[in-house]
Amino acid sequence: MVMKIFRNFFKRIFSGMFKSKEDIRLGFYGPPNAGKTSLTNRICRDWTGEEIGSVSKVPHETRTVQFKEKVEIEYKGKKMTFKMIDTPGISTKIDYEDFLKFKINKKEAKNRAKEATQGVIESIKWLDDMDMVVIVLDATENPYNQVNITIIGNLIARKIPVLIVANKIDKKKADIKKIEAAFPEYDVVGISAKYGENLEEFYESVFKVSKKI
Amino acid sequence: MVKKNKKKVSHIKGFAIQFLPYSDIRDLNGDERIRKILGIILGNNILILQGKLKPEEESRLIGDTMAMIAHVKEFKGIELAVIDGEEEEGFFSKMKKGLVNALSGGDLGAITIIGPASVVKDIKRNPKKIELLLNQ
Repeated sequence: MVMKIFRNFFKRIFSGMFKSKEDIRLGFYGPPNAGKTSLTNRICRDWTGEEIGSVSKVPHETRTVQFKEKVEIEYKGKKMTFKMIDTPGISTKIDYEDFLKFKINKKEAKNRAKEATQGVIESIKWLDDMDMVVIVLDATENPYNQVNITIIGNLIARKIPVLIVANKIDKKKADIKKIEAAFPEYDVVGISAKYGENLEEFYESVFKVSKKI
Repeated sequence: MVKKNKKKVSHIKGFAIQFLPYSDIRDLNGDERIRKILGIILGNNILILQGKLKPEEESRLIGDTMAMIAHVKEFKGIELAVIDGEEEEGFFSKMKKGLVNALSGGDLGAITIIGPASVVKDIKRNPKKIELLLNQ
């Protein structure tokens, strides 16, 4: 027992020493179509000039985990380097017929559904490898969704710091207060990834939450 | 008009609601719990589970559900919702609840609803009410 405590103590000290030299692994999680890729694209474009992936109105556009290394963000004279990790949206159901509404043919829709299921599995596996996570929620949707609660529960269990982003605040139906009421213990930042609204406050929160790593 | 009503009734016949007391899964490990739950769901049942799963079991359930969509014909996934007991609690009630949970092995003040997506279209959850919307 005493040995275990000592081992954990030294492990924490040493991992802390080396972690500070590595890029912070910043994951973007959330349900499909919340705007995870739009936000990571916006950040990567602002600080590296390159995007991370394609965006679409069709759900499950991101079906594999996407990375961008060495993204250096500067806020009020301070600099931090991140490894951006954009994950496929997590959902509890995937029906290929839902894709047919977007004028995708049956074969392609079935293939997309298959890849999307694998993407969800991959997203869940990656939870163990994050230093910090931004949960991107669509501010026009009901936040009391079990997927959101499951993701947050898993991050708490792994002691990974969390920042919640209420995206799409440019839309009339957006309701940040509802998201704040659903997750009162977390910092919630309202943004529009599409139009780049309120990103200063987002970066400020990223720097603030990163202190908990 | 009469014909329409008959059609709706015939659809409702296609599923059952099954209650699973926590005592039935208390002694099972994570894998066995998920297998048992998915077995009930694949039988086209809506499951009402006393208590709730651990966060890592919930994510495992989602992962296994995804794997099954790819392998089980007509299976489109699940709808899932957990209703917790009291939202705001004081220190002593939290401590009491923690003690009860430790003795029973799970949070018995919660209820978990899981249904196959082919039967349950959506579970709309607000803090004070829950709506189960079924597929027509």
